[in-house]
Amino acid sequence: MQNNIIFSAQNINKFFGHGRKRVCAVNDVSFDITDGEIVSIVGGSGCGKSVLAKIMLGLYSPESGSFLYKGKPIVNTRDHWNEVQSVFQDPFGCFNQFFSIRTQLKDAFGILKNKPSKQEVDKRVDEALLAVNVKPADIEGKYPFELSGGQMQRMLLARIFALKPKVLIADEPTSMVDACVRANILDYLMKLKVELGMTIVFVTHDIGLAYYVSDRIFIMNDAKIVEAGRPEDVTQNPKSPHTVRLLEDIPDINREWIKK
Amino acid sequence: MSHILEVKDLSLHYLTRFGQKIHAVTDVSFTMKQGEILGIAGESGCGKSTLVNGLMGLFIPPLYPTGGEVMVNGESLMNRTPQDVRRNILSQKVSMIPQGAFNALNPTRKIKDIAADVIAAHSEAHKLSKPEIYARLKERFDLFGMETEHILNSYPIQLTAGERQRSVIGISTLLNPKVVIADEPTSALDVTTQKVVIKMIFDLLEKNIFSTMIFITHELPLLRHVAHNIAIMYAGEFVEYGTATQVVHDPRHPYTKALMGAMLSADAGQKNRKPTTIEGAPPSLAKSIKGCRFAERCPSARPECKEKDQHMRTVGERLVRCDYAE
Repeated sequence: MQNNIIFSAQNINKFFGHGRKRVCAVNDVSFDITDGEIVSIVGGSGCGKSVLAKIMLGLYSPESGSFLYKGKPIVNTRDHWNEVQSVFQDPFGCFNQFFSIRTQLKDAFGILKNKPSKQEVDKRVDEALLAVNVKPADIEGKYPFELSGGQMQRMLLARIFALKPKVLIADEPTSMVDACVRANILDYLMKLKVELGMTIVFVTHDIGLAYYVSDRIFIMNDAKIVEAGRPEDVTQNPKSPHTVRLLEDIPDINREWIKK
Repeated sequence: MSHILEVKDLSLHYLTRFGQKIHAVTDVSFTMKQGEILGIAGESGCGKSTLVNGLMGLFIPPLYPTGGEVMVNGESLMNRTPQDVRRNILSQKVSMIPQGAFNALNPTRKIKDIAADVIAAHSEAHKLSKPEIYARLKERFDLFGMETEHILNSYPIQLTAGERQRSVIGISTLLNPKVVIADEPTSALDVTTQKVVIKMIFDLLEKNIFSTMIFITHELPLLRHVAHNIAIMYAGEFVEYGTATQVVHDPRHPYTKALMGAMLSADAGQKNRKPTTIEGAPPSLAKSIKGCRFAERCPSARPECKEKDQHMRTVGERLVRCDYAE
């Protein structure tokens, strides 16, 4: 096994439900993700991309096939989360409403094995907040319900920037922020990759966004990876009809999109 | 009546529990003709959703009107009680398509019951029986090209996000409203579903269910395809107002330029283009702001910008709130 392979999947399957209602969410998927690359998983709703992300986090285990993190299967999720962290899609479901944001950002360090000192925690939280364009004073004493969806999503990202994990699984981290903040966050993700050598798995439905950030793109449709390759190849010479459809459905200012 | 919607110097504020006024919308004026689609774009917290509440005349504390006038079909929406607005304005004159379809639908009731409520609440003069209401619903939902029976007899949780959003659009437009306000109807959907939903909106426009629409979003490229006119909002003010092509292809206000520069595209050669980011945050609306509101973050700001209030002026056939825009 090569050392620089972070995730290695061989023919993994994941099903939900039983009997006639059995649904296949991940169907015979194989891939390798190497150290320090940004991989985007792109697909429409319900194509299985979030399930794949949760398998990488160790929240689901595949029913067949082998899924290895650094050459070993994921046994203890607590240990796994020391190195692999995530940003989830729905920021409203990710914070406890009864504690202030700052407390929760500080509590996030509890997951680490080597907890930094109190001063260090405060410093890192402040840095992380600035990184996502929020003044620490602005959220001082604020509770989750006082923030907008975009602000909450930035808080989730701030948590990642503070923890500095080795691998980040980002499931639609910019679904609720506007274009300017989105560009900021993507720039910061790329900075994390360059400075810390973080491996990032980016789950999105926007192929334009994936093209901008990633080193490799996986296109998923109906539980399968239908196309994988460099962003230039995937967007310029799409092989799969699903990729073509994803590209066509983006409202681009220079192209006829929908007839009026 | 030439204008279906007239908004004149509309200002709205929120009153906090400490007695502080947050001026969320300041001096917004525009008019809309029958059949026009106006797109409003701006970043989160710029007052888009507050403006929506103002345009419906729905002032539920802590939101209060500071001044100005909203007229739909020559009828003023100001100074009405929320009860009056609900009964006589909403759904019939002005209707809103809400942002999150899932939060807008009662999870314990079937779609047909939620929709029947809308008809029942507005048909007091001639009471309709349940079968009559359901027949009307079926007729309307058949227009959408969806599986009517399946949708009407489902609970919201049984539908996909796209079906849910389309049901919400169906319910919002049941009573053929004069003006429809769509508040980010597609921001939670993936690109393919987004296209389906937009197609449905165009379908309804074609079938004359409604004709005038305000479409609110932060995706400018989407507005380019949907709207006739676009207004860009920043910190509670309109900063640029022009036709869709003018604003998207040839932005003049520094803020619009920055917004357009932040768009990502999958086109060839765009990978190494750095999207522009706007540093800093919009000003707090709790204090009165002197000078241009964008001056703090503007890349081409001059020292005098912070002193001098900016007003809308005509630049290149559209309105721009910047004295130095060319």
